Amino acid sequence: MSIASIIFLLVFAAAVWWFTRNVRRIRRNILLGRDVDRTDRRDERWALMAKVALGQSKMVVRPVAGLLHIVVYAGFVIINIEVLEIIIDGIFGTHRVFSFLGGFYDFLIGSFEFLALLTWVACAIFLIRRFVLRIKRFWSREMTAWPRTDAGLILTFEILLMSAFLLMNAADHTLQGMGSEHYISAGAFPVSAVLAGWLDFGSIDAATLIGIERFCWWFHIIGILGFLNYLPYSKHFHILLAFPNVWYSKLKPKTEMSEMPRVAAEVKSMLDPSIPPPPPPAEPAPGMPAEHFGAKDVFDLTWKSLMDAYTCTECGRCTSVCPANLTGKLLSPRKIVMDTRDRLEEVGHVIDSKGKWEDDGKDLFSRISEEELWACTTCNACTQACPVNIDPVEIILDMRRYLVMEQSKPSPSLNAMFTTIENNGAAWAFGPDKRMDWMKE
Amino acid sequence: MTQPLQVKTMAEYAASGEMPEVLFWIGCMGSFDDRARKITKAFVRILNKANVKFAVLGQEESCTGDPARRAGNEFLFQMQAMQNITILNGYGVKRIVTACPHCFNTVKNEYPVLGGQYEVMHHTQFINALIKEGRIKVEGGSFKGKRITFHDPCYLGRGNGEYEAPREVLLKLDAALVEMKRSKEKGLCCGAGGAQMWKEAEKGDKEVNVERTEEAVGTGAKIIAAGCPFCNTMLTDGVKAVGGEGKVVVKDIAELIAEAGEL
Repeated sequence: MSIASIIFLLVFAAAVWWFTRNVRRIRRNILLGRDVDRTDRRDERWALMAKVALGQSKMVVRPVAGLLHIVVYAGFVIINIEVLEIIIDGIFGTHRVFSFLGGFYDFLIGSFEFLALLTWVACAIFLIRRFVLRIKRFWSREMTAWPRTDAGLILTFEILLMSAFLLMNAADHTLQGMGSEHYISAGAFPVSAVLAGWLDFGSIDAATLIGIERFCWWFHIIGILGFLNYLPYSKHFHILLAFPNVWYSKLKPKTEMSEMPRVAAEVKSMLDPSIPPPPPPAEPAPGMPAEHFGAKDVFDLTWKSLMDAYTCTECGRCTSVCPANLTGKLLSPRKIVMDTRDRLEEVGHVIDSKGKWEDDGKDLFSRISEEELWACTTCNACTQACPVNIDPVEIILDMRRYLVMEQSKPSPSLNAMFTTIENNGAAWAFGPDKRMDWMKE
Repeated sequence: MTQPLQVKTMAEYAASGEMPEVLFWIGCMGSFDDRARKITKAFVRILNKANVKFAVLGQEESCTGDPARRAGNEFLFQMQAMQNITILNGYGVKRIVTACPHCFNTVKNEYPVLGGQYEVMHHTQFINALIKEGRIKVEGGSFKGKRITFHDPCYLGRGNGEYEAPREVLLKLDAALVEMKRSKEKGLCCGAGGAQMWKEAEKGDKEVNVERTEEAVGTGAKIIAAGCPFCNTMLTDGVKAVGGEGKVVVKDIAELIAEAGEL
């Protein structure tokens, strides 16, 4: 085995190890959430995943961004078939190991080249939309320095990867033409042949060309492995979580609120003394916080809300249709989801450094204000707009439940509404005897 | 307006050993709010005209608990829900119709798990069914050719996927139905949901109902059709805020049908 092969194997193994470690960490964090069953109606879930995640059905609601996204998505998925060949070549020191496929191989490489070019162009347009046209949803309050940098890095990186892929092919193609040993004639190069012409590769000597080809090859594969390891630190992790997140979507009507079986059992027992009250809640696992009514911290949200938080790619479609946000209120559904993720990451870091959870004196309310929570109209425009079925409303309502049931802190005038429902069975201060007064008029 | 309203309570039906075909759940808005009471009456006129044997709960009706639940008060919601379910089940109610999408959503989706299983319809679905079954006939009357735009209630549309029934009913008026840019799945909220009706809006630079009313008025429609008493109030206030009073009216679909039939 050559030294190059050994280096490649080491880099590859390290990349896989580090990535696996981070994915397990994210999985552990998600599972800090409360349990909820989202495994019913499996056929429907697979169909939904095929349509919404694989088929990008909600992306194309906005045609320009949607179509460009499909180009990048297809480019990413399909060009990764090429990565398989790169890995085999890397390990065994072969060159274009799949070239025995003949005409089909030519077709594959040719298609990859077109896709790479399209992806390059789409990413460039995305960069222009974000940083030159400065589309509003990419520049709102929660899009602070890191989210903006993150987006810029991802797009730049994809452009570099595609450039390396095309340059590698351009050098390879030229070397094939020169009859260079090792560079067997294989593949079709509709894009890189033009590129080679522009760069006048034909006038460069073989040794330099081999240098360019090898550099791009290493840059491409190390870049991909590096990109893979960047994902767990980035909003770009959505490329993996989009699929399970859609599979585990809420299938119930959007405006149906989540159940609180414990409260239901208590009320049942209150109204009918023959029904025993529910047993007290189980002791929390050692070192874990006690259960709350509603959500004080990430532990009180469902694991699906936490998966939502890691799936969010900060596109801002939710916020751009939120009636509260559109009218200048503080609430931004995207911020709710990003804050949840950032808090969960913070909790994860505590567990990593201390070996277990220790109260750090913070919670979701350290990031999300009551003003934001009370501005929600529960209209579900955000859940409808989300291309990967994230549900910010559930987080908002769970936090409202905590404010009201544990803190007795509803938005001021809501107490009056509670009282009149309790006293009159009506949301306004009219007694039951007035219920049929409309008949008299 | 000539015929007196024919309304019987569930208790009256039970006393005579009869079962109505449907229970009309009026809701707090429909019972107490001056504007929404007109919707209640319009819907009753339609039910009377179609000879629907319906009942109301009268004094036995109580808030579904929707605003309490959205405001975070699960205990109060559960109390309301369980009391209502006890009454409904006590009468053996099977079918419910309501003119309020919030009551509709709660009774239809949130009561079953607590033991209240009913077939629940929104009044626009019910009216649409009455028309299809030939139990009432609708002709355009004064609305023929008029521009009407329909504002989707979030709890009917996005919440429960019903976009067509209200539109099918409106089309029976031979009116020119014009859609707002934000309609159906993309419909913009009126600003009342999620217990907003009972509180001041948070600080912002505009009211949600004004944003929505501007869009509705921008279609050139002289009639904004609504299917929710909360939306109706918000849009009516919105029309005042944008200076459209006297030029644009907000009407519930039940009111439009009742007026078209001169009921």
